[in-house]
This record gives sequence, C-alpha cells and structure tokens, in this order.
Amino acid sequence: MFPRPIEHSAPPARIAYQVALPIALVLWLLPLIGVALTSVRPSGDLAAGNYFGWPSAIAFSNYAEVFQNSPIGQYILNSFRVTIPTVIGAVAISTMTGFALGIYQFRSNIPIFFMFVAGNFVPFQILMVPVRDMTVSMGLYNTTTGLVLFHIAFQSGFCTLFMRNFIRSLPRELIEAARVEGVAEWKIFIHIVLPLMRPAIAALSVLVFTFIWNDYFWATVLTTSATTQPVTAGLYSLNGQWIASWHLVSAGSIVAAMPPVLMFFLMQRHFIAGLTLGATKG
Amino acid sequence: MAIADVSISATPAPQRSWWRRNQQRLTPWLFLLPGMAMFLVYVIWPIFESFWLSFYDWDGLGEKVWLGWGNYAELFDDDAFYTSLWNNVLWLVLYLLAVPAGLAIAIFLNQNVFGIRLYKSLFFFPFVISQVVVGLMFSWFYAPNFGLFYKLIEWLTGTGVAVLADPELVTYGIIAAGLWPQIAYCMILYLTGLNNVSPDQVEAARLDGARGLRMLWYVILPQLRPATFIAVVVTVIGALRSFDLVSIMTDGGPFGSSRVLSFYMYEQALSEYGYRMGYGAAIAVILFLIMMIFISGFIWKMVRDEREGY
Repeated sequence: MFPRPIEHSAPPARIAYQVALPIALVLWLLPLIGVALTSVRPSGDLAAGNYFGWPSAIAFSNYAEVFQNSPIGQYILNSFRVTIPTVIGAVAISTMTGFALGIYQFRSNIPIFFMFVAGNFVPFQILMVPVRDMTVSMGLYNTTTGLVLFHIAFQSGFCTLFMRNFIRSLPRELIEAARVEGVAEWKIFIHIVLPLMRPAIAALSVLVFTFIWNDYFWATVLTTSATTQPVTAGLYSLNGQWIASWHLVSAGSIVAAMPPVLMFFLMQRHFIAGLTLGATKG
Repeated sequence: MAIADVSISATPAPQRSWWRRNQQRLTPWLFLLPGMAMFLVYVIWPIFESFWLSFYDWDGLGEKVWLGWGNYAELFDDDAFYTSLWNNVLWLVLYLLAVPAGLAIAIFLNQNVFGIRLYKSLFFFPFVISQVVVGLMFSWFYAPNFGLFYKLIEWLTGTGVAVLADPELVTYGIIAAGLWPQIAYCMILYLTGLNNVSPDQVEAARLDGARGLRMLWYVILPQLRPATFIAVVVTVIGALRSFDLVSIMTDGGPFGSSRVLSFYMYEQALSEYGYRMGYGAAIAVILFLIMMIFISGFIWKMVRDEREGY
C-alpha cells in the first residue's frame, strides 16, 4: 500500500494525521461552508456587515422566501422534467448500441465506436448554431422536449463508450452457449445481457442524472422562459435579480445543488465506479 | 418418376427462414439504429454544418451571404479573439495543475483510519455541484469589501483586491474556481488507481530501500498511468470547454478580459451585440480544430490499446 499505512507510524505522526484531516477538509470546503452558513443568515446580519461571523440567528425563512418570491420551484420541476426522460432515453439507447458494438464483430464496428467516442469530446460551441436552428425549425425551441432530445443524442456518445466497455467485460461463453441452443439474438439481449447490465445501468443513470442536472450551456441556448428553464439557467437569472441579497442567492444555490448531491450520497459506490471506469486498467 | 421423387423428398428438409439465416448479421444494425440516427443528426451533421456556416454572413433568420474566408480574415484582426485565445491557453496550462493536486490529495487520503470513507466523499463533493453554484460561491468568496478572499488579502497586505473586477487577475480567479471541482475529480481517479497498486511491488521496492518521492516516481506512478491518462483527457477537454464559470462569474468582463473562445463564440452568435452566426461559427471551428489535435491523440492511443486488447 502506498503511502505507508499511518498505523505503522509513531504515535505523534498518527495524531498529527488525525488532526490534519478535519482541518484540510474545512479549508477545502470553505466556499461551501460559507454559502451554507449564509443561506441561514438573517438579512439583518448582512445589513450590519456580519458576512462571515456566526449568524445571529438561524433563518430558515430565507428558504421559504426563495420559494415564495421566485419561480425556483418551477425551475426545479423543469430540471426534473428534462433530467428524468434524458436518463431513461440515453441509458436505453446506449444499452442497445453498447450491445451491438460489444458483442458482434463486423467491419465498421470500430469506426462506429470511435465516432461515438470522438463526438462525445467535441466542444459544444461547434454544435450550437445548427442545433439551435434545428430545434427552432422543429418547433421545439424553448420546450422541454427540445432540450431532452438533444441531451439524449449527445449523451449517447459517452454512454455508448461506457456500455460497450462494460459488455466487453462480460463472459462471452454465456452468449456462445445460448447461440448453440438456438436462442434468438434479441432474446439473448433481453434474457442474458440485460440482467448482467444492472450495475452498469445504475452507474450510468446516476452519472447522466448529475451531468444533465448540472448542464447550464444548453439550458441557456435552447430555453428562455421560466416555464421551461432548468434550475441552473434559472439561478443565473435570479442572481441578476437578487443583486447583493447573498442570503437568497445562497439559499437558492443550496436548493439547486441538492438533488445531485443526494443522488451522489445514495448511490456513491455506483457513481464512483462509473466515473473511474477505465482508470485502473487500460 | 425418379426426378419427381427427388423433389418431393427435398421439400420436408428444414427450410430456415430468411430472417433466421441473417439475424446474426442484421441484429447489430437494428440495435445501432436509434442511437446512430440521433447521434448523426444532433452531433455529427452539425459539425459539418458549422464549417459550412462559417463561410457566411448570417443573422440566424434572413438570407445567408457568402463571404468565403471573410469571417476568418476578420478573426485574425480581432483583438477580442486573441484575448480569448490567450485565455484558453492560460486555462489549458493552469487547469492541468488539477492532475498533480488531485494526486497529492489522493495520497494524503489513502489511509485506513476511522471515518476515512466519509472524508473521501466529502473531498469529492465539489465535483457533484453544478458549475453555476460553484461560480456563485466563488464570486461571493471574491466579493469586494466583504468576501472572505478579499478580507484575507486585506489582512495580509493592507489593501484588498477585487479579483473579478481586475482585468489582469480575473481569468486567474475564474480558473481557481474551476480547479476546485476538477481537483476533486482527479483525486477520485487517483484514489481508485492507488487502490489497485500492486502491494507486492511496493513491498519489494521497500525492501530495496525505495521511499517517498523515489518510490512515487519509479514504482507508483508507472502503475497509475491509466488514471493519469484519463485525468489528463478530462482536464484538457474541461479546460477547452470552459464556459459556465466565465458566464456566471463575469459574463466575459471586465472589458471582455475574461472571455474564452467558447464564451466569445456564444456572445457573437447569440447575445444582444448581434446575431452573427457565421462569425460565431468561425470561432467555433477554430476551437474545434484546437480540440481535434487533442482528440486525435486520445483516439490514436485508444485505438492502439484496442488492438492490443485482442
């Protein structure tokens, strides 16, 4: 194990390490802690110049105010309306493409695979004008559907890479055996491959959820109104409205950050397994 | 009669349907169809469309006017373009600090003490949060007169610095905000990598007297190569794609000094300064070509690994 396990060190080193851990953590999360504290700071504190001291009282009312005086509830709902269909669509499509590219050998297999990989790396700006134009001409500009369709298409790049590599690691003998038995190909997919894909599907769902929830660029390019904008874009417009009301900005930020954070803590193992796929072997 | 007998005896043979004979060849294409169709329409085709648009003057609605290389010629005389390009270089170079910083934190946290799992996930936390929220947090951190960073500098030097209002410092301030989640990401990649470092090799190297930095350089880092590869890929791409933080923290300001190519492109094509789609597309093409240099490198390495995998 590297570095040398701290249990093998002298007691002073062990104690120093145990003390250093929380200090490092507080420094690392300082911006976050600051925002969390400010989100429950009474507005009077800010007026009195108390920006960083302990709040004079705990004002959960900031959160109530954010929900009452701004469309943030609507923004959150919009985010869910974009994120959930995207997760379902992208995962479903990429399970299929991953199956096709991972199991079958045909001549254009590798070129198609690398089309998905390369496409998933391109800068968004090269797609912006045509995609916006296309969305407008389909009558889907400023709709949730328009945003969802694009996200599904774009995410299928990353998701195909992920699924194909996962399917590659499954034991091939299972599939060969089924073929010898004369099982139809689509039944192999449904009854043999899909059940084995469960961990990959879980990992990918959490990842895509976080990516889409946190998307800001496409939200600003493809939506404009409070009835369709996701919370990232919404928060930006609220920020302009709440100039210097840092207690409201903070409360809004915490609300907007919550769903992916909860998702991460509930599905941590899958999340990290998904992100680090390929980081240990390659 | 004999001929008729033969033909009759041939018919009962199990005649397999066309589909059953061809299903192994056709199934992959049926499974690829929805994914490929969407990807071609929404990703591949728009890339070519942007190249084509970059030769036109177009406001997004009216007639397209052919300019040939006109947009590119204008670009090479545009100071704002050079500012953005230079900022992209800064992003690229400084953002890569996330890789060694992530490794350092990973080594710091790679212990088995009580509660370490919680520490690891809390260190990873910034990556899960939207860049919009990260941008707002850091704006407040830097805020003149009361921001924590402002106060700290004031306490150290006597005068505070309004980072986001200073054309010289603003890009560094934004990159620092971007490094925060990126370091967290690299840290997670390295923690997984460290988990899989071969204990035998480490023990053998210890017996040979390798310790500390020498151990890290000669024994650990070679084994972490896959993690380093992924960390560099995601960091380079993240640096070139940087848009959210610039838009949230400064909107390209002050005086356009924090623009990067991706933001400048957006501003030209969609902001109140006018809808110059063709000019925007030309900027996007340049950004794409820069990124292609890196993407081709990554793909080349992946193809090589793929060949060895067989």
